[in-house]
Amino acid sequence: MKRENIIHPVLFALLGIAIVGLIIADLLTGTTAIPIEQVWATLMGRATDASHATIILKMRLPKVIVAAAAGMALSASGLQMQTLFRNPLAGPYVLGINSGASLGVALFTLATPLLGIATSSWLRMFGTTGMAWIGSALILLLVMSLSRRIRNINVILIIGMMLSSAISAVVGILQYMGTDESLKAFVVWTMGSVATVTVEQLYILVPVVMIGILLSIVAIKPLNILLLGDAYAETMGLNLRRSRIIIFLSTTLLAGSVTAFCGPIGFIGLAMPHLARMTFRTADHRTLMPAAILWGAVSMLLCTLLCDIVARSGMMLPVNTITSLLGIPIIIYVVLRNSHRQ
Amino acid sequence: MIRLDNITISFGSRTLIADASAHFKAGEMVALLGRNGTGKSTLLRAIVGLGSVQGGDIYIADKRLRSLSAAERAGLIAFVNTERVDVDALTVRELVAIGRSPYTNWMGRLTDEDRRKVEEAMQKVGITAFAERRVETLSDGECQRAMIARALAQETPIILLDEPTSFLDLPNRYELCRLLGELAHKEGKCILFSTHELDIALSLADSIALVDTPRLVHLPTQEMVSSGNIERLFNSDAVSFDAISGAIRLRR
Repeated sequence: MKRENIIHPVLFALLGIAIVGLIIADLLTGTTAIPIEQVWATLMGRATDASHATIILKMRLPKVIVAAAAGMALSASGLQMQTLFRNPLAGPYVLGINSGASLGVALFTLATPLLGIATSSWLRMFGTTGMAWIGSALILLLVMSLSRRIRNINVILIIGMMLSSAISAVVGILQYMGTDESLKAFVVWTMGSVATVTVEQLYILVPVVMIGILLSIVAIKPLNILLLGDAYAETMGLNLRRSRIIIFLSTTLLAGSVTAFCGPIGFIGLAMPHLARMTFRTADHRTLMPAAILWGAVSMLLCTLLCDIVARSGMMLPVNTITSLLGIPIIIYVVLRNSHRQ
Repeated sequence: MIRLDNITISFGSRTLIADASAHFKAGEMVALLGRNGTGKSTLLRAIVGLGSVQGGDIYIADKRLRSLSAAERAGLIAFVNTERVDVDALTVRELVAIGRSPYTNWMGRLTDEDRRKVEEAMQKVGITAFAERRVETLSDGECQRAMIARALAQETPIILLDEPTSFLDLPNRYELCRLLGELAHKEGKCILFSTHELDIALSLADSIALVDTPRLVHLPTQEMVSSGNIERLFNSDAVSFDAISGAIRLRR
């Protein structure tokens, strides 16, 4: 019996237990203390305290679902980008998805007041979320249409990065010109939050993330072949263009939607695929993809829990600060380890 | 197996090979020789379908290359290039198993037969002992063998290799070419590899394809040696080629 045949199921089970444990902990933690029996009764539909039921069902449960979905989505898209670009520092945002989203939000929060169309305009219908999603989808469409003509994957990477920088510059100009009030609204979005998503929005976020995850499962075999680079992939019969479209589409749905609803959440998509590789010690995406998805859920649930614990002392930390503090050490470790290898 | 029919290959606006015809047969190991920048790699890339020819046609197993899909090509030709594969946490066995991907289902699940083919491929190139090692820990020679095992796992009648001997030390170069010769002669594969190792090519290859810009000359090895083409192409102020011993000498 091979070593991994025993270790992999154990690791998957441990991750599953961690997710369940963190979900329970997240449901129990908050500024209002609610006993575990109450939480259980509410979830079973036998709530006795109406205010507690509201907190659990309208606030904590959506937050837990959003956190888990966001972590899974970012990690799955990060893994795809790292393999596609054969670059350990690629993440869900390398194609400019977050800058596209931030441009959408900047246009909504900053530019509309400047143009005097803030109130009662058709733009309000979309809201920050809709604008962010449109922004990221447009950028990805642009990168994808360019990539149809470009064979070299590194050229696409550079174009994605340059587009991001250019868009950041435009957002910078909008920020400079924006009013204090609108600037604050924009900055708050950039900090990221899993708590602002409403129950109604969940009905959009969850199915979209599910479709994105399904596409990443379809991408498993192409990703395994792409490990050896485009030339080998093509000579092994892989349809490069179709595979890229599946992977790009999946990433827009996953990272684009999460960014639209929660703001840019840094380092989860970059670090968790590495953690999956380190713990499962494999490059096979049939193991790596589910592992990265579970690690993503664990990490985001953990970050939300930490936020909630800190919030009890009255400090409302943006979730982005916690994900960075958690993710950056992992990235540094990976970079150091890679440099030792050479 | 591979038939070049009046092909023209250019790089940008420069014509590298014009109106070249040649026939590489099954069971034959062919060495592709030529000076730097004469289009050896471009020719190999065109035959595997990664590049295009500007004129003429390439036939693979009597089928027109242009009319073959990527999946059909993958069943006929395997390719090995010089690029060092650097993938975190990939084992040799996993690397070789990727060669089975033209045959696996949508998830890439390996059947028992696939697993057997992977073990066979590793055995043929003598890397079974380090099947569980990580690719990043391999020496250049071991890595090259693993990449050839991957090509064998792809089960194609043709294998093309772009400079498989570069980065290898002398014993490893001979070992590798002897292995390629065995695959051609015992398994009846058609093997075409580009190289700068004149001595290895002349002592081990069945025939030589020589890029003599803009011509492509293909002759059995002995005929090529006595044809005078090699002297003409490789003689320079610094070195000369001795057709009788087949060796390169420094001019004094």
